[in-house]
Amino acid sequence: MYRSQVLICGGTGCTSSGSDKIAKRLQEEIDKNGLTDEVKVVRTGCFGLCALGPIMIVYPEGTFYSMVKEEDIAEIVSEHLLKGRVVTRLVYDETIGENEIKSLKETNFYKKQHRIALRNCGVINPECIDEYIGRNGYEALGKVLKSMTPDEVIQTILDSGLRGRGGGGFPTGKKWQLARNLVKDADQKYVCCNADEGDPGAFMDRSVLEGDPHVVIEAMAIAGYAIGATQGYIYIRAEYPIAVQRLQIAINQAREYGLLGKNIFDSGFDFDLDIRLGAGAFVCGEETALMTSIEGNRGEPRPRPPFPAESGLFKKPTVLNNVETYANIPQIILNGADWFASMGTEKSKGTKVFALGGKIHNTGLVEVPMGTTLREVIYEIGGGIPNGKAFKAAQTGGPSGGCIPAEHLDIPIDYDNLIAIGSMMGSGGLIVMDEDNCMVDIAKFFLQFTVDESCGKCTPCRIGTKRLYEMLEKITSGNATMEDLDKMEKLCYYIKNNSLCGLGQTAPNPVLSTLRYFKNEYIAHVQDKKCPAGVCQDLLTYKIIDIKCKGCTACARGCPVGAISGTVKQPHSIDTTKCIKCGACMAKCKFGAIIKE
Amino acid sequence: MGSKEKTTVPFNGTPEQEKALREMIGQHKEQQGALMPVLQQAQEIYGYLPIEVQSIIAEEMGIPLEKVYGVSTFYSQFSLYPKGKYKISVCLGTACYVKGSGDIFAKLSEKLGISDGKCTQDGIFSLDACRCIGACGLAPVMTVNDDVYGKLTVDQIDGILAKYTE
Repeated sequence: MYRSQVLICGGTGCTSSGSDKIAKRLQEEIDKNGLTDEVKVVRTGCFGLCALGPIMIVYPEGTFYSMVKEEDIAEIVSEHLLKGRVVTRLVYDETIGENEIKSLKETNFYKKQHRIALRNCGVINPECIDEYIGRNGYEALGKVLKSMTPDEVIQTILDSGLRGRGGGGFPTGKKWQLARNLVKDADQKYVCCNADEGDPGAFMDRSVLEGDPHVVIEAMAIAGYAIGATQGYIYIRAEYPIAVQRLQIAINQAREYGLLGKNIFDSGFDFDLDIRLGAGAFVCGEETALMTSIEGNRGEPRPRPPFPAESGLFKKPTVLNNVETYANIPQIILNGADWFASMGTEKSKGTKVFALGGKIHNTGLVEVPMGTTLREVIYEIGGGIPNGKAFKAAQTGGPSGGCIPAEHLDIPIDYDNLIAIGSMMGSGGLIVMDEDNCMVDIAKFFLQFTVDESCGKCTPCRIGTKRLYEMLEKITSGNATMEDLDKMEKLCYYIKNNSLCGLGQTAPNPVLSTLRYFKNEYIAHVQDKKCPAGVCQDLLTYKIIDIKCKGCTACARGCPVGAISGTVKQPHSIDTTKCIKCGACMAKCKFGAIIKE
Repeated sequence: MGSKEKTTVPFNGTPEQEKALREMIGQHKEQQGALMPVLQQAQEIYGYLPIEVQSIIAEEMGIPLEKVYGVSTFYSQFSLYPKGKYKISVCLGTACYVKGSGDIFAKLSEKLGISDGKCTQDGIFSLDACRCIGACGLAPVMTVNDDVYGKLTVDQIDGILAKYTE
């Protein structure tokens, strides 16, 4: 027995800021102080509060150290671990009460969260199957194999109201039911897991795989039992090396324990899993494209029907769910459908994980009940917008989603509400933008993404998105007319209505939603040839304000093209015909005398 | 996704590499849908997938070269060009983009004189735009081989590049 355990986040965010070295150093200091048998260091998955990484928690006290540096370790060990004195200067300030260190659960970031999919992330060592089993792991698999029929399993998932967390929101139980019943005499069926998290800015699936890989394995085995499949594939991005490695370790351990392989729990049920690495194609998040890719082809989608439940991977009936969806399954089996259905809104049950990013204090991962408002997520949990800037929009759903303006901050988040306001749930990326972000530029950014990622199979998407991108470029360079805005809107609907797969059908959403809520910004670009947020280079001019300029010549010396002239101690001026708008002068000026407008 | 440009660096694969490649393909012979894993491991052996390597794969696996080429040009992870000694990757995911990673990429492209996916003449640096490495808390982020640089500003670029050229 150890008297103390130190948990260090080993997720990608904290690893990127050096948590590896910190863990190593910590072990060295512990050994040096003779605490090797008393204090245990545990590398866990993501705690969620990535903004404050690298993160470390000391148990049993639950002291939460944030932004720990390597040079702080000696002090933490000699003061806290050896003498029992908390190093207050490194403790997350929200947990510092008047006379005590408060529990993490009382902080604004964690208070409103309810963790089901993330319940083990940051709690267990993901490379140790016993720790997962210690948290009721594989109990749900035992329960279904020993006491439930496949139809009962499917009924439980149906009753729970669980919908696909990858974005579409299709009822998971329905999907399983179709795969079980549609083809009666299939010699082989497959269970697949979509871990090709392509939405830029979404990292919940990666965090689940890094922090709790066994939950996905257990859930896929349950799905296999329910539909009658013996083989599963996890299709995961090669860009997630830590997740791939932990998943492989977890699969090996599960095989060793007889939780994968032949005759699991002596039930006669066989199930095994393999990993397939994606190779960087956003379209492979689409279900038919993903399966085509596993088959070893270009990841192009195919027309549906036939749906995968009838003819999927290698033309066999296949169920495909995403990581977060699977992460809910064991808890639903253990706690019952009613428990799950008691959370959330009428049509969206349970919780949803969001990856908070962009212009927000607490960037990181949060899990909240469906029906929580955007305002609660952004201001109460996320801590609001930094640097005193004003909120402009929240982007959900990645390149398929839309921008939500301030007027809709109080809408309860669920699948249907987000679609009604022109966005979508997507996989759960939530990027906050402030007054310095130009909405036309953001729309152009997403279109650039879809142009790059369009697979090229169908014309509306391949050519339509390119033309749409060019129209946006015309607007941001100040060459568009009001007529172009109408043409652009028409093209958006044409692409939506005629594309083969979800990628093309949703590609125009970023344009449509910004046109709907931020039309003024488009008009400013078109009619006044101005970018109100000061982002679009072609529409900006740099100017020196005479009364603020001290004539220090710093700007003139910093200008790479000699566009600034003036004599010492006299106000300078910029020759706009020479200016290349690089912003070097603005960075050099110590008096705030240079503005862009 | 693929480009028609020919690489200027001549292919100089070693017999050891070719042996490793043929052995690796042999291990995948029985597997369904083996082409993707084969290409991924071939890229690990050679660092990239020049036409010479694709030809060996086509021949050993008994599939047409155009299919191998089709797959290797479809996915952004497969590179038909060699990479630099130091692989620079700038995240252009949404969270990084709204915090200014576009400027970081432009600055690097200007400093190194190369565009996305290319390598400098001396083979020291290659530059890629990548989509979200998932370290959104550190936005904007870039990586140089395994080193991660977070919360970047444009004026740090010179200093970072200098670390690798000294």
